[in-house]
Amino acid sequence: MTTEVQIQPQPATTPAWAMLRTLGGIALLSGLLVALVYQFTLPIIAENQRVLTEKAVFRVLPGAVTKRDFVITPEGGLAPAEAGVSGELIYGAYDAAGQLLGLAITGSGPGYAGPVRVMFAYDPDCDCLTGSKVLQSNETPGFGDKLDFDPDFLANFKALDARLNAEGTALANAIVTVKHGTKSEPWQIDAITGATISSKAMGRAADAAAQHAVPAIERDLAVLASPPSP
Amino acid sequence: MSELLNPQEKLTPDTFLRGLWEENPVFVMLLGLCPVLAVTSTTLNALAMGLATTFVLVCSSLLVSLLRHWIPKQVRIASYIVIIATFVTIVDYAIQAISLELYAALGAFIQLIVANCVILGRAEAYASKQRLHTTLVNSLGMGAGFTLALLALGTVREILGNGTILGVSLFSPDFQPWIVMILPPGGFFVLGAWLLLFNWLRESKVRRAAKFTGAPADAR
Repeated sequence: MTTEVQIQPQPATTPAWAMLRTLGGIALLSGLLVALVYQFTLPIIAENQRVLTEKAVFRVLPGAVTKRDFVITPEGGLAPAEAGVSGELIYGAYDAAGQLLGLAITGSGPGYAGPVRVMFAYDPDCDCLTGSKVLQSNETPGFGDKLDFDPDFLANFKALDARLNAEGTALANAIVTVKHGTKSEPWQIDAITGATISSKAMGRAADAAAQHAVPAIERDLAVLASPPSP
Repeated sequence: MSELLNPQEKLTPDTFLRGLWEENPVFVMLLGLCPVLAVTSTTLNALAMGLATTFVLVCSSLLVSLLRHWIPKQVRIASYIVIIATFVTIVDYAIQAISLELYAALGAFIQLIVANCVILGRAEAYASKQRLHTTLVNSLGMGAGFTLALLALGTVREILGNGTILGVSLFSPDFQPWIVMILPPGGFFVLGAWLLLFNWLRESKVRRAAKFTGAPADAR
């Protein structure tokens, strides 16, 4: 037995540049792939968004065949929305003859599990809300999701009073949700038993939407009523 | 060194089938349980989540396997995460392009595929050591196993919790759905029931084998 010392192979150290090269290369490849997919899907997603909004508008305003997008101007009036504007839009819905059927306005209120965003139909003839559709909510299945289906609850939105005050700056009576079975005024919403918080969110959403949009709508009704330009 | 401990696997039917049964990521390895419990309230959500995860799993495993000789082991986890995150972002855009309603139903759980340990586990334990074609087959098997597990939960929960399957009503209108089944506790109940069944099947198989060979019954 002479000098038979087992030489342990040294673990090869990786030079720093190899690590940098690998990470940099992977990051570059990743960025390229993501950018490509983003560019490719962007128009499809925008189209999906448009179809989804249109479906919601036509659902709250049955009979509508075209819609026009409006924004609220800083002066408190309405102006047609340019392509690509963001923020809360107001949708004017027209029937086949070009007559204004109503407006779709959106608002949100705090629900049981995050905000509840709702689209409402506003009818300028009766100064009232005439329909609703929940756009986004995380409410408990089986309770909170009744907001869109419970027939007794939806009856609240047949003609929910949204008259303006004398100055035309806000609603004459704020829309509120009241306990089930105690609705006495046309601006009150009768809550669903067992889903009081979700019903309240719906009331806050209706109030927010109407307070925000109705003054502007009533001010510029003439802009809205003109038939949509082709 | 790792090549010695993990010799290159030969491609056999078992490369695929292991993911379905013997090493099922959910029912046997208990990995990735967060999406398993969270998005299986309906069959459609479960299917979409399973397919999205499978896509990320297969693509990232392939890329890891392809680059396995170039990734130094000190930066391997960081590299894997970047690769996985890339494919998750792609899936995220793809689902938005397919259906915004589905995207809303799946919520944050698409982005959370990045943190799914099934995928990182495959990259570390398999793809980084095996050749491209075995990796493809193995990750497809794992993805199929994961999708099947999600479907197993999703169908049971939708039938009991909503009385429907893929939105089609199964029972008469008198059926009172067990709402608890589509709530979080239902996820635990159904997962528990499936695990019970899987473990019972496995143990009865071992017991039968033991009776046949005369070996002690507690050998697993």
